[in-house]
Amino acid sequence: MLTAPFEFRRASTVNEASDLLQQGTEVKLLAGGHSLLPLMKLRLAAPEMVVDISGIPELHGVSVHDGVVTVGAMTRHVEVAQNPVIQAEAPLLSKTAAVIGDVQVRNRGTIGGSLCHADSAADLPAAVLALDAQMVVSGPDGIRKIPASEFFVAPFVTALGAREVLMAVEVPAMPSDAASTYLKRPHPASGYPVIGVACWVGNGGTSVKMAITGIGSTAFRAVEAEAYLTEQGVNASSIGEAARLAAVHAPVEDDVTGYKRQLVNVYVSRALHQTMAGKD
Amino acid sequence: MPEVLTTVTMTVNGQSVTRSIEPRVLLVHFLREELGLTGTHVGCDTSQCGACTVLLDGEAVKSCTVLAVQAQGSAVTTIEGLEGTRLHPVQEGFWAKHGLQCGFCTPGAMMTAAYLLSQNPHPTEEEIREGLDGVVCRCTGYETIVRSVQQAAALMSEASETSGAEEVG
Ligand SMILES: Cc1cc2nc3c(=O)[nH]c(=O)nc-3n(C[C@H](O)[C@H](O)[C@H](O)COP(=O)(O)OP(=O)(O)OC[C@H]3O[C@@H](n4cnc5c(N)ncnc54)[C@H](O)[C@@H]3O)c2cc1C
Ligand code: FES
Ligand code: FES
Repeated sequence: MLTAPFEFRRASTVNEASDLLQQGTEVKLLAGGHSLLPLMKLRLAAPEMVVDISGIPELHGVSVHDGVVTVGAMTRHVEVAQNPVIQAEAPLLSKTAAVIGDVQVRNRGTIGGSLCHADSAADLPAAVLALDAQMVVSGPDGIRKIPASEFFVAPFVTALGAREVLMAVEVPAMPSDAASTYLKRPHPASGYPVIGVACWVGNGGTSVKMAITGIGSTAFRAVEAEAYLTEQGVNASSIGEAARLAAVHAPVEDDVTGYKRQLVNVYVSRALHQTMAGKD
Repeated sequence: MPEVLTTVTMTVNGQSVTRSIEPRVLLVHFLREELGLTGTHVGCDTSQCGACTVLLDGEAVKSCTVLAVQAQGSAVTTIEGLEGTRLHPVQEGFWAKHGLQCGFCTPGAMMTAAYLLSQNPHPTEEEIREGLDGVVCRCTGYETIVRSVQQAAALMSEASETSGAEEVG
């Protein structure tokens, strides 16, 4: 399948990419292309101009400073999964990237592309929400940071302005005693999560964070379950009630049979048990 | 919109090639139609089946989901470039263990297997299955593919033990 014709550009700086975005409404940035190209092949997207951002040095690299891990937007899923700095400082992010799609998809897809595409079934939104990450974006008015909790607005809609480029994701390093899990039930055909639960417990059990993707219109934090577990401590008896709370408060739609809430209940419970067992 | 051609240069199976193409040409079309390398197959054309898998700078990718212009300056290896002076151990493994029936998925399965073994020369059965997750085969039920990759891994470690000479991958 061929896409509709388009003009192809390569940006070598973030400012250049941002300038090209201002040239018209039908301009699309191209990172790994593993969401954009399938859409273009189906002609669900037909941009007039495609701007390849893969060669922009500012979008590459992983570093850690003052307890914050900075992951460049062009970092591919395989690298997020295997990078020793991310594995050491924010293992939940690595574990999530490691189960995206398949090997070939992880070799091309990028963290920036996945987050900006904002598919309601994408895996990474759960991890960045549970980790309280910040999106560092650059646009005509300079650089700003958007908390993950404000970034995912609706399916395929983010808080990114039309002329903004995601530069990097800043992830606060997890406490050294943290245990974490990303538990996903992949759809048998697409591989995307039917449900994905990202959670971590640290600081002697006083920090409990959990976010759920796939099952709602956007990924969301399970705040009631988090609060309950922070108060009660995470143990065999509190996990059951926390899972029930997560299910009751989950913002799911079209759930007449209760299947989605049941999935939330079961997967939150399993994810917490796995976390406490120190498994991944 | 008028078609504007773009010049792209890449190395395919060790040879440098330059062509003027429309930017919308997919890497798989470039290989098959511009270069006549029809070993790379198009199965689904929707990024699912892995029949189109090639190595792009040594990494397994689905060439139906990469624009040829994205491979500018890169090195591409297709099934035609897998064998050197003799069959690649992955090819020998598939031959010995009947890793194919109709053969349609085989170029992609072999390239994915070659990539897996380049990253992990001694994979467990589970790691082989996980590594081949992006390959769909209608015929074999995957059992013989797994055995073929195990055979290839054994051949590769034998080769590196006896000579250490032959470069594979
Ligand atoms: C077969 C298959 C299976 C998959 N399975 C899964 C799965 O299980 N789980 C999952 O989460 N995902 C899955 N994906 C999606 C995959 O993770 C994509 O790679 C990812 O969603 C998009 O990343 P990309 O780099 O390919 O982005 P692209 O496709 O290049 O871009 C996606 C969108 O984001 C915009 N964009 C990209 N980078 C930036 C930036 N830096 N700033 C601003 N905008 C930007 C683009 O303009 C475009 O609109 C799958 C994809 C395929 C093809
Ligand atoms: S043809 Fe490329 S994945 Fe099926
Ligand atoms: S051998 Fe027929 S599809 Fe795999």
